[in-house]
Amino acid sequence: MKAKIIITPKKAVLDPQGKTVQTALAHMGYTDVTGVHIGKYIEIDLAPGTDKAAAHKALNDAAFKLLSNPVIEDYKLEIE
Amino acid sequence: MNFAVLQFPASNCDQDAVHAVRLLGHSARLVWHKDASLGDTDCVIVPGGFSYGDYLRCGAIARFSPVMQAVKQFADNGGLVLGICNGFQVLTEAGLLPGALIRNRDLQFHCENIFLKTATIDSPFTNKIPAGKILRVPIAHGEGCYFADEATLAKLKANNQILWQYCDQDGNLTDSANPNGALQNIAGICNDQRNVAGLMPHPERACETLLGSDDGKWIFESIFAALKNKPVAQAA
Amino acid sequence: MTEPAITPELVAKHNLTPEEYAHAVAILGRTPSYTELGIFSVMWSEHCSYKNTKPLLKTFPTKSPKILVGAGEENAGIIDIGDGIAIAFKIESHNHPSAVEPFQGATTGVGGIVRDIFTMGARPVCAVNSLRFGELSDPTVRRLFSGVVSGIAHYGNCFGIPTVAGEVYFDKTYQGNPLVNAFCLGVLRHEQITRGAAKGVGNPVFYVGPATGRDGLAGAAFASQDLTEESAEQQRGAVQVGDPFMEKLVCEACLELLATGAVAGMQDMGAAGLTCSTCEMAARASTGIEIELDKVPQRAPNMSSYEIMLSESQERMLIVVHKGREEEVKRIFDKWDLPWSEIGIITDTGHMKVRHGGKLVVDIPAKKIADESPVYQREAVEPAYLKAVRAFRLDGIADTTSPADNLKKLLAWPSIASKNWVYRQYDHQVRDGSVVLPGSDAAVIRIKADSLPVMTAELAAQVAGKPVPDKLIAMTVDCNGGYVYLDPYEGAKSAVAEACRNLACSGALPLGATDNLNMPSPLKPELFWQIKESVRGLAEGCKAFNAPVTGGNCSLYNQSPAGPIDPTPTISVVGLIDKPEHVTTQWFKDAGDAIILLGDAVDTTDPILGLGGSAYLQVIHGQKNGSPPRCDLEVAKTLHTTLIGLIHSGLVKSAHDCSEGGLAVALAESCISQLIARDTPRLIGATIDLSALKDVRLDALLFGETQSRIVISCKAVEAVKVVERAKLMGVPAVQIGKVGGDTLTVKTASGEFSAPLTELHDAWWNSIARAMA
Repeated sequence: MKAKIIITPKKAVLDPQGKTVQTALAHMGYTDVTGVHIGKYIEIDLAPGTDKAAAHKALNDAAFKLLSNPVIEDYKLEIE
Repeated sequence: MNFAVLQFPASNCDQDAVHAVRLLGHSARLVWHKDASLGDTDCVIVPGGFSYGDYLRCGAIARFSPVMQAVKQFADNGGLVLGICNGFQVLTEAGLLPGALIRNRDLQFHCENIFLKTATIDSPFTNKIPAGKILRVPIAHGEGCYFADEATLAKLKANNQILWQYCDQDGNLTDSANPNGALQNIAGICNDQRNVAGLMPHPERACETLLGSDDGKWIFESIFAALKNKPVAQAA
Repeated sequence: MTEPAITPELVAKHNLTPEEYAHAVAILGRTPSYTELGIFSVMWSEHCSYKNTKPLLKTFPTKSPKILVGAGEENAGIIDIGDGIAIAFKIESHNHPSAVEPFQGATTGVGGIVRDIFTMGARPVCAVNSLRFGELSDPTVRRLFSGVVSGIAHYGNCFGIPTVAGEVYFDKTYQGNPLVNAFCLGVLRHEQITRGAAKGVGNPVFYVGPATGRDGLAGAAFASQDLTEESAEQQRGAVQVGDPFMEKLVCEACLELLATGAVAGMQDMGAAGLTCSTCEMAARASTGIEIELDKVPQRAPNMSSYEIMLSESQERMLIVVHKGREEEVKRIFDKWDLPWSEIGIITDTGHMKVRHGGKLVVDIPAKKIADESPVYQREAVEPAYLKAVRAFRLDGIADTTSPADNLKKLLAWPSIASKNWVYRQYDHQVRDGSVVLPGSDAAVIRIKADSLPVMTAELAAQVAGKPVPDKLIAMTVDCNGGYVYLDPYEGAKSAVAEACRNLACSGALPLGATDNLNMPSPLKPELFWQIKESVRGLAEGCKAFNAPVTGGNCSLYNQSPAGPIDPTPTISVVGLIDKPEHVTTQWFKDAGDAIILLGDAVDTTDPILGLGGSAYLQVIHGQKNGSPPRCDLEVAKTLHTTLIGLIHSGLVKSAHDCSEGGLAVALAESCISQLIARDTPRLIGATIDLSALKDVRLDALLFGETQSRIVISCKAVEAVKVVERAKLMGVPAVQIGKVGGDTLTVKTASGEFSAPLTELHDAWWNSIARAMA
């Protein structure tokens, strides 16, 4: 089993990495790009047969407390 | 006075903080991150460095160290806590200070001297800074851009919690004097109880004229004065 | 897993010649196993054995009463600096890995040299680096440059070591083969010197640090061959990844462990990993060593003994512990959450034995493989191009008519321009010791009592009550590769002279040196001649300045399909400053001060000689040609000791040496290089009068690079005294102007030019940032 967590910067937060990549893409001719936001992707391996609901609750907690910083970041959690 | 300087794995300004406090005539010792107690302590310094390699986010992992629980309790009891650079990041991650420190706007690490304007002397960390004195202190960080949402920022201003701002030689808060893109040129703040503060610049690197500036000592002298005038907080 | 059969092809693939292979067979008395073949291959690579350069390296001066650990003995040399304190320092290259993956190549370069220093028992206190790239107009070069700088910054900043000095040159000779030389200096007490020797039969051997993976397989062998597209591609998967966080923990844990007194010997696993560390430790102690690979922590599944022995995974150490004190190792490494494993034992067999899966896979006489590496006396033939260089007529070049414009162009030339874009990314102030920051002639650091490693209880009792006075150490790294290309012997001498001149300008006298020979292939007689002549120049220079070589590094085969690099023997010299008040910086201090030139303004035989190999000739006339300036070591030495004497008398307010760009650039830099803080330079002008020098070409006077010249400033009332005293010592000296104003104004016999400091500063300060934007 795997949990996948995608962390993105909050919209209001300055994202200089995203801006830099956006500019680079524009230079390369990708003119339709209107925004780039760079975040993190975390993959967590879970033991087979782990209770999905319980894992969801625990990882939600971990994502809020450690894996993301709610002041500047949002996250999305998926378990498959 | 007894200072406790926290030592996380890959703290690297811990010895500098101890050196500065001792140089200024007080005692300081290192407290290991796995210790659950601070011992006999008047003030805690969370030093600079790359705690836990700054993996995940700067300061994110350090806040879960056993010692941080003790620091929280110490702060709740009114004890003085100063976070420098990575220490500032740890304190924001731990929720002891509002806001967050994000990547410098030009994406580069900056090691250089900057000028600091003291926004208020009404704090245990600024009370001895001479009126109008512009401090020249080094910075050394890649993620020091202070960010907070508008409500938080408004609260910081209303409560006079902004302690230091980046400025030019003459004290003007210009954009070019801002090394990292921090909102409102914020270099350091305190909590609403005014006993916990954090700043990105390194006052402990500016306590000797041999090293180019001794302006940083005013911040330490402020702490010494505050401790002298105040009943000592109970350590956890 | 079945191991491949040993065939002549396989031997050749391991870069062993048939003769070398025959010698290996003779040492073993049988055909080597596959793993043993790998071991011979790396142990006898140039990187580990110096087989092509050993006879040359023997000519270096390596003795002085202050040397505690000399060249070639250990991972780094150690020099006494008084009061029971010593410094350990060394420079090492990471050229080929940086060409392939600049960020990781540079990080592991820094990591490796820092490890070499704490392996000696010293606390690393500062880093320096010397970099060479192609021209910044090329996007690939910008990517390499930016990657290397970020890599050094990442590793050094996270580890917490200030990067206090360095040099960066840009020249198309380095286009396909950049140079990355990293230097580290550490401090310790004499009693704390730790040897990399496998002492004490029966003592256990510990592996500490992160698990072994397949990274950097046989990196030492990779570093010892030509850099081609194919070899780079092959190695891309092999480049090691550096983890400064891990290294910081390993360093702290090792220093803490040394303070217990439980360690009998220690060595880092650098080039050739477990192979080199086990062989060398046993060879140094004339003992044997037996290890079990099943006990080595492994990151990848199913690693073969060949892979485990040759892996260059970073941040690992091999520690021999006094029997019975194993628990102390375990306690300390557990405290730092670091992996450790007891993997073997010291024996009296003289053999290095390795077991894997219950089988003996390696059985080699350790001393023989370490000490009986092949040695070659290569053929040296003077290259043909030098005839053309010597025949080049400088007087065929027309004299300048626009000196102010030339000066701005030179200041903006990336090799001369301010390197603030680079050093601002390096933490250069951590550890509370940086006295003179990057941007002056040499860095100066302060060593204080708490810079030293923690002591054992016995040592602490022994030195109790004896305070450690602060020490001031100055250091620099220099080499003008263009000079060396045009005349390897003179160029190498000039590199040493410039390094020592930079120290003198900072108030320091040399203690010792460490060299990094960045050279092309030794197999071509013309190229080997360059190596030989460079070493001759370095050796003479180091002798003249009493700067014995305490160690260093040879990086050969620096050539890409485009051709060999200019021979670049970088030299780092370390010196001592007696008192804080003797620390001197290069920028002018106060308006009204007198400006004095020490040394002959131009070459006394013919002024035009200063233009040979000069930056001016390259930038303004597009030619790297002509014999470089001659370097008279006696003249240089007198100049340096005279300057130090003047500094000790408190007469000198600033001192800056003339190097690339000559007198005009030195004067401009003295006006514009002081930095108060971010975006806040302190500009202070100068009015110079050189009109007394008649019948001298303007370009030679302003931009010639005649050696042994220093621009100093002093109080106006003391100018006469300074000039008289210098002359008394046999150093030509003349007041050439005074400090003040907001321009650099220079009057010569043929006219006058003036440039606003703001313009000069902008050209010099922002040039690299603009190229990188």
